Amino acid sequence: MRYVLIGNSTAATFALEGIRAVDREGSVVIVSKEERPAYGRPLISYVLGGKISPERAAYRPADFYERMNAEVLLGDPAIRLDPAAREVHLASGKVLPYDKLLVATGSHPAIPPIKGLETVEKKFTFMTMEDALALGREAAGKRVLVVGAGLIGLKCAEGLTGTAKSITVADLCDRVLPNVLDAPAAAIVRRVAEAHGVSFRLGDGTERFEGNTAYFKSGARTEFDLAVIAAGVRPATELVREAGGATDRGILVNERQETSLPDVYAAGDVCESFDICTKRSRVLAILPNAAMQGDCAGRNMAGGKASFLNAMPVNAVGLFGSHIVTAGAYEGESYTEGEGDRYKRLFYADNALRGFILVNCIEGAGIYTSLLRDGVPLDEVDFERLKHGPSLAAFPRLVRERKLTRRQ
Amino acid sequence: MKAIYVNEAWCLGCHLCEYMCAFANSGETDMVRALKGPIHPRIRVEDGENDVHFAVNCRHCRDAVCVKGCIAGALRREGNGVVVIDREKCVGCFTCVALCPYGAIMPDGEGKAAQKCALCTDNLAGEPSCAANCPNRAIVFEDRG
Repeated sequence: MRYVLIGNSTAATFALEGIRAVDREGSVVIVSKEERPAYGRPLISYVLGGKISPERAAYRPADFYERMNAEVLLGDPAIRLDPAAREVHLASGKVLPYDKLLVATGSHPAIPPIKGLETVEKKFTFMTMEDALALGREAAGKRVLVVGAGLIGLKCAEGLTGTAKSITVADLCDRVLPNVLDAPAAAIVRRVAEAHGVSFRLGDGTERFEGNTAYFKSGARTEFDLAVIAAGVRPATELVREAGGATDRGILVNERQETSLPDVYAAGDVCESFDICTKRSRVLAILPNAAMQGDCAGRNMAGGKASFLNAMPVNAVGLFGSHIVTAGAYEGESYTEGEGDRYKRLFYADNALRGFILVNCIEGAGIYTSLLRDGVPLDEVDFERLKHGPSLAAFPRLVRERKLTRRQ
Repeated sequence: MKAIYVNEAWCLGCHLCEYMCAFANSGETDMVRALKGPIHPRIRVEDGENDVHFAVNCRHCRDAVCVKGCIAGALRREGNGVVVIDREKCVGCFTCVALCPYGAIMPDGEGKAAQKCALCTDNLAGEPSCAANCPNRAIVFEDRG
């Protein structure tokens, strides 16, 4: 059996481990457009901030590929997929035949069509280790404008504090982390970021650039030396789309991670999954989801029987010493408590927990996540107790005993 | 594999396991010095209503969601089945905390990295200290599959 994996981040790493859990013999080739072995992609902000070295960001030990008996082709992107001939064409001209193929190409940074962007002399995106290293080489003592107050923009801003002369984060939305936080939680994160010297221009669109000046819709303007474009991502679906495979925003897959093309699987940020919280197919570009999809795809590619049926959004992020965990959908009634920099909001409807936001009170958060993932009816647990904090004591004794007296 | 199991009917809620865990993982030989100030055990005792008490630590799940969620590759399963964390690699994002359905992985004392039970394979206690020191055998270390 010949396996080819396109991409070499979380989904591909777990797919490789999944394949080898089933098949020790088949040949595996991993194709990466990047020049280095897999690293923890979210760790690039820690590298930028000088907290860890690029080497320490390695996702697996140095002997991993050897131990997994996999060949890795670095710096040679796949440019075309020929599903009829079962071949992948690489930029170098190399052609790889496959029996089972995984597309785990992740995302591209989304570049918004802002007028004059081409006149900005020094602009960066923040997706890869090379991006982080390039930004780190240039940012010391500079005025940095970060366009986008999402996770990528804020982690980038955090990484720049201490070296950049000034950091301004701009976003059309009126709050930070708009995809995962409500207004009170966002206000806390903004406050701690400001305490670390980050300035914000929120609720104001970046209208145009003229060289090193950004003009905003409000008429305000900001002078900068470097711009980081962190305005979201778009799934790198082109290989599958151009080969005739079904795509929407992401590649469409079934619960076995199969695409519409025969023997072609997809996993990670490039594909959609069925979000059990919103009950619709969407791209859940989060690392645990990529790992679960990759593992499922790998096992199935090798002839196993795996299904991935409980995708859901869960985000954990540390920012400026504060810790945030969020999950699920923010709908229904809610229970809120908080004081100072601590905030908790639980959303519930129809006898089920629907989602939650925790800022600086994250201990045991996974117990809340399990209520979402397992769809536990709230009348079967002591929800009043759970409101005050996650605990297994809130579960019925028999359920708890199953968890604690049997091998999981 | 041998793992920790608890019997809540026998748990007195004495919290001794928390102290023995903190001591075993302190690197100290002197118990008084090890337990000075707030302790940060990797096992936690929950005290519920109607005199219900039970200890919870890592279940070393076969399909460990913490390992899948770790952004740094700091969590891994060893060949013997024990799920371990490389605290040198951990950056303290606490995705594992967001995922563990048992609440069995938590920020360490300094809040910079996660910590979890490795069945005392990462200290000098030998057998898991919580089980060895439970006065009522409410915590046992045995093979249930």
